[in-house]
Amino acid sequence: MTFLRNVVLVAAAAGLLASLVMTALQAYSTVPLILKAETFESAGEATGHDHGAPAAAEATGTEAVPAAAEAHSHGEEAWTPADGFERFFFNFLANVLSGIGFALILVAASEFAGGISGWRSGILWGFAGFAVFTLAPGLGLPPELPAMPAADLAARQVWWIGTVLATAAGLALIAFRGTVALSILGVALIVVPHIIGAPQPESHDSPIPADLHHQFVVATTVTNLIFWALLGGLVGAVRSRFFGSASEARGQLA
Amino acid sequence: MNTVSTSLGVPVSASSRAIQLALAGFLGIFIVGFVGFSHMEAAHNAAHDYRHSMAFPCH
Repeated sequence: MTFLRNVVLVAAAAGLLASLVMTALQAYSTVPLILKAETFESAGEATGHDHGAPAAAEATGTEAVPAAAEAHSHGEEAWTPADGFERFFFNFLANVLSGIGFALILVAASEFAGGISGWRSGILWGFAGFAVFTLAPGLGLPPELPAMPAADLAARQVWWIGTVLATAAGLALIAFRGTVALSILGVALIVVPHIIGAPQPESHDSPIPADLHHQFVVATTVTNLIFWALLGGLVGAVRSRFFGSASEARGQLA
Repeated sequence: MNTVSTSLGVPVSASSRAIQLALAGFLGIFIVGFVGFSHMEAAHNAAHDYRHSMAFPCH
């Protein structure tokens, strides 16, 4: 199991570093927009944005709460990190965990394909990750701010996961199978989820101003692009640094 | 296929290598799935800003 240990080591190192940078980027790009959107949320509660807990509606009904601070409580029974440091800390923790998770997926996939031969082909792998996990699902389900209307959560999660799988399979067919027929199949796999279409809310009426949402879509997409390029580059760099010439990267993408 | 090759600096047979890679991949999917997709209220609240920032389906 030494090999597995090394895979996890490479993924943990790259995932940790990339998620540290992402947390810093989010603190300046996406999180301020989320907090701003939450000030619209108390006003928007009546438009039927279901927060999954009836208690949330009650809470905003009975107390005239300062909007940003408490309007976002998700029900009284459920634990929620306090605004400020605690909220930042849990966001950081989630970033680190999922950064390592994404890194594990990236390392496993790239090792199956022969390994990443250096930081530059690592960045290409990162772009593939960005296309699979951000770009493709984001076409049908653009990044949402709190208080925005949305279709059923489970249906959106199913579409999201299906789109990620189809896009990853499509890209792999194009990149690693050299035939025209399989490349066409690959493109078809990438396109199909968008023909099926993502679950949409009944109405797109939203208390969130369109320009605020647009800023958020751009901020989210760009921070994710940086995260993935960095993650891929780090995996490529760490892999060749830690294991040097012993690794025989065939590097079909390099 | 039991050729021994070195990968990430460790000599390892092809089949054992594939199993260990698959394990690592599933571990990653499990972690991302829990942090980003778990319906558990506390997990959702803790990772709320993260889920929005990653454009995961939320709420």
